[in-house]
Amino acid sequence: MAEPAHSDEPLLQTPLHAEHVALGARMVPFAGYDMPVQYPTGILTEHNWTREHAGLFDVSHMGQAFLVAEDKSHETAARALEALIPADVLNLKPNQQRYSQLLADDGGILDDLMVTRLGAPGHEGWLYLVVNASMKEADYAHIQARLPEGVTLQRKDGLALMALQGPSAAGVLAKLAPETADLAFMMSADVQIDGTWCHLSRSGYTGEDGFEISCKAEDAAKLWNKLLADPEVKPIGLGARDSLRLEAGLCLYGHDIDTTTSPIEAGLIWSIQKRRREEGCFPGAERVQREIKEGPARVRVGIRPEGRAPAREGAVITTPDGREVGIVTSGGFGPTVNGPVAMGYVAKDVSAVGTDLHLVVRGKPIPAKVAAMPFAPHRYKR
Amino acid sequence: MTTRYTKDHEYIRLEGDTGTVGISDYAQSQLGDVVYVELPGVGKSLAKGAEAAVVESVKAASEVYAPVSGEVVEVNSDLESSPGTVNEDPAGRGWFMKIRVKDEGELNDLMTEEQYQEFLKSIS
Repeated sequence: MAEPAHSDEPLLQTPLHAEHVALGARMVPFAGYDMPVQYPTGILTEHNWTREHAGLFDVSHMGQAFLVAEDKSHETAARALEALIPADVLNLKPNQQRYSQLLADDGGILDDLMVTRLGAPGHEGWLYLVVNASMKEADYAHIQARLPEGVTLQRKDGLALMALQGPSAAGVLAKLAPETADLAFMMSADVQIDGTWCHLSRSGYTGEDGFEISCKAEDAAKLWNKLLADPEVKPIGLGARDSLRLEAGLCLYGHDIDTTTSPIEAGLIWSIQKRRREEGCFPGAERVQREIKEGPARVRVGIRPEGRAPAREGAVITTPDGREVGIVTSGGFGPTVNGPVAMGYVAKDVSAVGTDLHLVVRGKPIPAKVAAMPFAPHRYKR
Repeated sequence: MTTRYTKDHEYIRLEGDTGTVGISDYAQSQLGDVVYVELPGVGKSLAKGAEAAVVESVKAASEVYAPVSGEVVEVNSDLESSPGTVNEDPAGRGWFMKIRVKDEGELNDLMTEEQYQEFLKSIS
């Protein structure tokens, strides 16, 4: 049993840090923050609770920022962001949210992010961005350096972010803010919950119906405890967040996608709307358009190892006769699947669902099959 | 009956010339929910400190090292279908393997229960 390595760097805390400690969470360093990996009940229980009831996650470590057009024109802000990401921002409706990626000039992924066209009065020409904690400094510098005159990036480090996820999430929230009941997937709203201003969207990172809720840091503990007061809601740590997103087939930046992978290889073509595919005019468009036309050399696939042994990130993928064809980028035990699940990149010719593969775990080949993702069905509110 | 602990949180409980090996309660609580255990083959010779088994939680895989040298004479195959037993009863039903101890003198290098509890205090 090896001890985990300790770092001496001072860790940042989210506005909910004291709540995690009071709940008895095990705190670990993550992306420079001291974050709860699990609460006393443990990852399996937290995972299953989220699939069956509602889980509350602190994701305040993520980067929240606004892209603001001084001329109050959505088109100005949208054009500025479209120069950096391949999603259609221009045609976002007010309060609509989209998933996208910041792309490098070679089509590699610098980070993935959520983009919302704000809809509240007085926010015309405002886009709301949520980026990964580990990448936020790099992302902000990248965006800042590439904005045209008249568009500014405003980082909002004074905002907290929490996610309420699971089949009970909508019912719980409707009791506190009835207008959220009819909110569609990937739409957002500004609401009051127990006297607290919140900007929330119907989205998440678990494959379940749910919400991501932004509020001021000073209101975060009150809102967190208000949500936790509902017997359907339990706090969920980063451990279960990872197993939930893996079963949902969702990418984790730095693992399943990075500067070497393109959105097409990663199977994210759905996040590049038709107009952008045709027009291009985003970093890496040449590679993206070529890979759409010719097919990428390798693709991200789901993999189900046979037996019980999990295959982790870094496991080499071979054909049954030992030809190396790829590598596992995320893998572990899927509590809802009740077995090991993985995703990784493989050569195009062995990427069809059902293809027999081997995963090399501790030097031994484990039989596995390419599997459809998600491993656990998405249950979004459509 | 003598129980000794390693700094890597394995225990060995000696009965006659056979030692039952597992991981401590502290170790299981640090690992979290155990979802898979890979055990050595019966008959395998292990040197002290060699990798003897692998225990996987939802989060990560960890090696279990042989506390002393010896030959594996029995493994707890119940763990294959019920790995969670390691969390529920690490010192009892959650044992990993039994080793025929080659040199009882090697146990002297390990910690007694009292020393292990002191060690846990020192690392917490």
